[in-house]
Amino acid sequence: MLSSDRYSIFSVLAEALKGQTGWKPTWRKAAPKPSYDIVIVGGGGHGLATAYYLAKRYGNANVAVIEKGWIGSGNVGRNTTIVRSNYLLPGNIPFYETSMKLWEGLEQDLNYNAMVSQRGVLNLYHSDGQRDAYARRGNAMHLHGVDAELLDLNGVRAMYPWLNYDNARFPIKGGLLQRRGGTVRHDAVAWGYARGADRLGVDIIENAEVTGFRIDGGKIRGVETTRGFIGANKVGLAVAGNSSRVAAMAGLMLPIESHVLQAFVSEGIKPFIDGVVTFGAGHFYISQSDKGGLVFGGDIDGYNSYAQRGNLPVVEDVLEGGMALMPRIGRVRLLRSWGGIMDMSMDGSPIIDQTPVDGLYFNGGWCYGGFKATPASGLCFAHLIARDEPHEVAKAYRLDRFRTGHMIDEKGMGNQPNLH
Amino acid sequence: MTQSQSFRVAGLGLVDRAQPLDFTFDGVPYTGFAGDTLASALLANGVHLVGRSFKYHRPRGILTAGSEEPNALVELRSGARREPNTRATVTELYSGLDAKSQNRFPSLSLDLLSINGLLSPVFSAGFYYKTFMWPASFWEKLYEPMIRRAAGLGRAADAPDPDIYDKANAFCDVLVIGSGPAGLMAALTAARSGAKVILVDENFAFGGRLISDWRTIEGKSGSEWVNSVVTELASLPNVRLMPRTTVFGAYDTGTFGAVERVADHVAVPGPGQPRQTLWHIVAKQSIVAQGSMERPIVFGNNDRPGVMLASAVRSYINRFGVAPGRTAVVFSNNDEAANTIDDLVRAGVTVAALVDTRPMLPPAIKAKARKHGIRVFEGAAVTDAVGGQRVSGARIAAAYGSINNIVCDLIAVSGGFNPNLQVTTHLGGRPQWQESLAAFVPGTLPKGMSVAGAANGSFSLAACLREGARAGANAAAAGGFNNGSASAPAVEDELTEVSAFWHVDGAKHKAFVDQQNDVTAADVRLAEREGFRSVEHLKRYTTLGMATDQGKTSNVNGLAMMAELTKKSIPATGTTAARPPYVPVSLGVLAGEHRGKHFKPTRLTPSHDWAKEQGAVFIEAGLWLRAQYFPKPGEADWLTTVNREVKTVRSAVGVCDVSTLGKIEVHGTDARKFLDRVYINMMSTLGVGKCRYGMMLREDGIAMDDGTAARFADDRYFITTTTVNAIKVLQHLELCRQWHWPDLDVQLFPVSDQWAQYSVAGPRARDLLAKIVDKPFDISNTAFPYMACAEITALGGIKARIYRLSFSGELAFEIAVPARHGDLLMRKLMSEGKEFGAIPYGTEALGVMRIEKGHVGGSELNGTTTAADLGLGKMASTKKDFVGRVLAQRPGLADPDRPRLIGFRPVDRTARLRGGAHFIGKDDQPIAKNDQGYMTSVTYSPMLGHWVGLGFLARAEARIGEILSAVDPVRGETTLVEVVSSAFYDPEGARLRV
Amino acid sequence: MRIKCPYCGERGNDEFSYLGDASVKRPDPSAADASDAFYAFAYERKNVAGPMQELWYHAAGCHAWLVVTRDTRTHEISDVKPAQDVALEQQKTASAP
Repeated sequence: MLSSDRYSIFSVLAEALKGQTGWKPTWRKAAPKPSYDIVIVGGGGHGLATAYYLAKRYGNANVAVIEKGWIGSGNVGRNTTIVRSNYLLPGNIPFYETSMKLWEGLEQDLNYNAMVSQRGVLNLYHSDGQRDAYARRGNAMHLHGVDAELLDLNGVRAMYPWLNYDNARFPIKGGLLQRRGGTVRHDAVAWGYARGADRLGVDIIENAEVTGFRIDGGKIRGVETTRGFIGANKVGLAVAGNSSRVAAMAGLMLPIESHVLQAFVSEGIKPFIDGVVTFGAGHFYISQSDKGGLVFGGDIDGYNSYAQRGNLPVVEDVLEGGMALMPRIGRVRLLRSWGGIMDMSMDGSPIIDQTPVDGLYFNGGWCYGGFKATPASGLCFAHLIARDEPHEVAKAYRLDRFRTGHMIDEKGMGNQPNLH
Repeated sequence: MTQSQSFRVAGLGLVDRAQPLDFTFDGVPYTGFAGDTLASALLANGVHLVGRSFKYHRPRGILTAGSEEPNALVELRSGARREPNTRATVTELYSGLDAKSQNRFPSLSLDLLSINGLLSPVFSAGFYYKTFMWPASFWEKLYEPMIRRAAGLGRAADAPDPDIYDKANAFCDVLVIGSGPAGLMAALTAARSGAKVILVDENFAFGGRLISDWRTIEGKSGSEWVNSVVTELASLPNVRLMPRTTVFGAYDTGTFGAVERVADHVAVPGPGQPRQTLWHIVAKQSIVAQGSMERPIVFGNNDRPGVMLASAVRSYINRFGVAPGRTAVVFSNNDEAANTIDDLVRAGVTVAALVDTRPMLPPAIKAKARKHGIRVFEGAAVTDAVGGQRVSGARIAAAYGSINNIVCDLIAVSGGFNPNLQVTTHLGGRPQWQESLAAFVPGTLPKGMSVAGAANGSFSLAACLREGARAGANAAAAGGFNNGSASAPAVEDELTEVSAFWHVDGAKHKAFVDQQNDVTAADVRLAEREGFRSVEHLKRYTTLGMATDQGKTSNVNGLAMMAELTKKSIPATGTTAARPPYVPVSLGVLAGEHRGKHFKPTRLTPSHDWAKEQGAVFIEAGLWLRAQYFPKPGEADWLTTVNREVKTVRSAVGVCDVSTLGKIEVHGTDARKFLDRVYINMMSTLGVGKCRYGMMLREDGIAMDDGTAARFADDRYFITTTTVNAIKVLQHLELCRQWHWPDLDVQLFPVSDQWAQYSVAGPRARDLLAKIVDKPFDISNTAFPYMACAEITALGGIKARIYRLSFSGELAFEIAVPARHGDLLMRKLMSEGKEFGAIPYGTEALGVMRIEKGHVGGSELNGTTTAADLGLGKMASTKKDFVGRVLAQRPGLADPDRPRLIGFRPVDRTARLRGGAHFIGKDDQPIAKNDQGYMTSVTYSPMLGHWVGLGFLARAEARIGEILSAVDPVRGETTLVEVVSSAFYDPEGARLRV
Repeated sequence: MRIKCPYCGERGNDEFSYLGDASVKRPDPSAADASDAFYAFAYERKNVAGPMQELWYHAAGCHAWLVVTRDTRTHEISDVKPAQDVALEQQKTASAP
């Protein structure tokens, strides 16, 4: 790499002397070639990560990522930035822990600072039943080699002495803490993967929307886009909230519904919330960004939607949780709200699998947990596409698991996506 | 100390000079007047330096006179009421107001972190993405703490917000947002037609630009005209006027979110008075008349205190009677701003120069400038402001390149106007670029919404009045109110020409696009160079438009600069669609009163007061409070109490309040058929006067809920659900009834709240109840055997129901009376039961006894278990279909190796068990591949004298007697357990049939 | 978002709870292909971007299930009917010769 293409304190200082004029584009604005070995549809976190790992780990850089708008415009650019691997079920834990390990080495791997910040994720409990359910989860994590600590009330108080302990409708009794959990600067993940993939030769093609698939005798031949036909031996879909729409173009019907999840950020204030805190008696979780904004969210609106916006009842529900837990934030102001379209699967867990169309691969059903999964999703999807077999840690994420009754239902809500 | 308000201009302004108000800023006392904002009062006292910027800690002043202010942010109030990032420009002055500057150390005038400005060549946009990576562990230890120390502006309060917040709903035919000329005309026209009108304005005074600009309408001054309209509106019964109210968001189906600042203009809200109220306004029609916001021009040092938007200069002069300087330079690209020279002259401010980017000013403006002896620079630009903590001059590049340094302490700048169209985009509308205005105007509007006046790009007063009247008439007519006249007062049309101009070339100093976030023109160029060219990438990479002002004064400039760099048109580069909230909204008001104990409603059973009298300890069960246990004096701990309760029930009699159970009447000739379809077992064969335990599945084959069904007549069943699933089960049954089988003759009546119900359990239960039930009801075992039910009377004629059900495993009954008699029944049970040693018992003892009996509870019905997993597979009828039957047969759910419910006891009988422990072969490593199941419920069994547990274990039935490790690494324990039958106590069930 | 309940009038969506696609109907459990049909009924969703018929329940009102026609791109509601009426109509159509 050229000096100003390798990011470091030295290149930043060197550039400071020449007015920051020597930097290269973070990724090339590639135009589509007639064909590629592999086309990834969707220039979000998962699609870009897939392309990066295909090139980096599976030796195939004849790859294009096509994105209908600007890269990172989907859920990687509109989430609450939390990363964690505090899952319950054996189908999920190894996958999310793989993701966590990739996060831990991401910046050095990509030479891009995505501000992976392991300041801890604390899930509060408010009853003995909830405590035992968290114990079960924490123990499952330990059995998989993942860190988890069950805190009692004093343990929680020591971390967050200013939560509402004394006047609570559902008093805090303790919490499950994953110290390695934390937050990551979300946009930077898309940019870092884009830059990494680009430098390995991947074409990132923005403003190219898929309009159809060319399928010949049950085998994929390429994708029709608003920038013309692009041939491909293999096509991978990583389009999150648009999964059903895009898959329908290939004649597939998925166990997925699209729902809107709102998220919120406050005005920037001096940091006082170190890690991520999740209320156990309402729909509210929160962290504070390195810019000082409180970043928080809650439940999905609960109805199918492709509009990237929600309604007031959920906004109020989230803040009721917020004020119940943290009454000192009452005079802090909400700055921005946004809605992302979640690909809610029928059991709340994702799908990384082949499809009935030969050479067409599907990655989706991330619900509202897609961001933390980004590295492992990319790695496992790359593995599947390159090797035509599932990655060890993503074996459970089969498309046919609903037919066979092997659901991975962390919350036990069944086939009702809006409850996951 | 300046207390003289030496910048107050005699004879100008709408402030009430008879009402002086004292306030402090950074501890220094000042005086202003009623009707001032904090900003106008500071300016009246000559205070321009009010804050420091986010990144470089540059001195900042007051740029605007409105809610778009990026710089003049203060911490208002103190202690538990401290409000960070409060815009001085919209803070209504009150007596005793106390404000502090933010983001400075140690003081506003000497800020050591302003050294960041010197490092700005390094601190370019996004520099942090390129460094702080090595070594990885230093991020949390060193780099990030450093960054977090510098983060944020103000400080949140460190104690709970002591104020209260309210919520309210309002409905109207026409909602008018904004009370400038367009909004007032719209409201007046719609109101006169008879429509129900709500007029909101974020300001504490109605009038918008009419009270800030020097205008006349129908021979009246702007403010006089406003007063006459507002007086008429206030007199109409169909109008609600809401000043100090900000519509922050448009939501679906004509719903708007608005915050009324009820008591922000006083030091402390009155007793019981909310600080703010969240309004849900449902409007059939809405008119957006929010005017426009002026945008600055990007030039060197354009952030210095003393650089102010021209419209703000006019506001401070005309509305507040304050001269924002002594010597001004006006820098503009449009007629409206150029005309600011009139206001400056009127206020006695010397105008040193009028600098306009247009090669030719309109002759009228030029003539006016000449008349006042003002130097005019056409086709020119201010390249830089001179000065540090206050403007001391302007560096002007004239049309032919000559540089002129002019001494001044105020630069009134205007780059044109952006219509305030944010609310029109909340539901997905995209603004459209209009070249002639050099601005975005509203695009497709949501149903029922219209836009009038400057918000629509119609900037002249005449057009605002006209459009407002028309919009008001149309909106009223859409609601069937056709008698409005859309006529508007005629006023002279003023000049409103503008020529696009975004930034100055040749600035010597940093030129800020986004002032609060310190995004410079160089940062925009860097973003372009690195490929962050889409407007969203530009925002996210540089943070442009992400500050508390949401880019109201910076987004369009940034977009235009990027368009210029990429040689694309502005609309091809991006747009400025917004999301709620329009201005930041306090988190407290969104929660309203739902905090503390009122976070969720609290449901109390009919005999709650009685339980409280007994000193019960209560526990939350969903929204209910239930008695958990009833401690007696001298009992050392809860376990002692619970053990006593269990032993008393098992030896004498106890009474437990089970009123919280879900209860549903199922009536109709097809009730039997219906219940057969929703329960896995047969209910149609249940005899009248009998009860049966039942299990319902979800359609996906997973257990949903368990309970009992009782049959009181051929066509009349009564069923119960668990407390937590009461609502869910009713919803499910209604779906089955209305949607799946609409032709069945069946009706459902939820009666959970109608019946108070008590479990009376223990060997003396019958003896006790015999004293309660009325004759001639025969409660003997033969007349009323196990699983019988009856409709009876009790306590001398009170309608009652009795069920011979047992959750505890003892001889037991459940007796129900109408809720209003619940308290009486409980008291009677206790008094009549004295002779049998009756006690009340709580949910804890209930739970102990159900585990001793191996019954399933909430921990087992966890949404992932099948009937077979729960050991209830044999209950499922093979003679009928039922919800969940088909999908329960899928291989993954029918797998015989799935973990099944079984009992456990510790090998060392003194050891305690832990819910959530996992089962591992006793010689196996505690790793995932050896995981065989988990413990769901544990309790100390006072009857057996050791801990017992229920849990799920693979191939459980075949493993009775096996020894396993129950590992609980989160609590650091491993316990050897023996697999046993889950029926720990009285496995034959002999005790309950006596 | 506001839904016009045929029984209670227009109410905020927070009074309702949502189930989803009303185009999938509980299949005949006695049919030979019941397991496939139930799988499709329970799991496969068209997830349309556009007008969609969906089931809402007036939980905080009259307890009626409603078939609401709503555009998932704009949230605009064009029709609301009692689900029981729709279901009866469908039965009538299905049994018509």
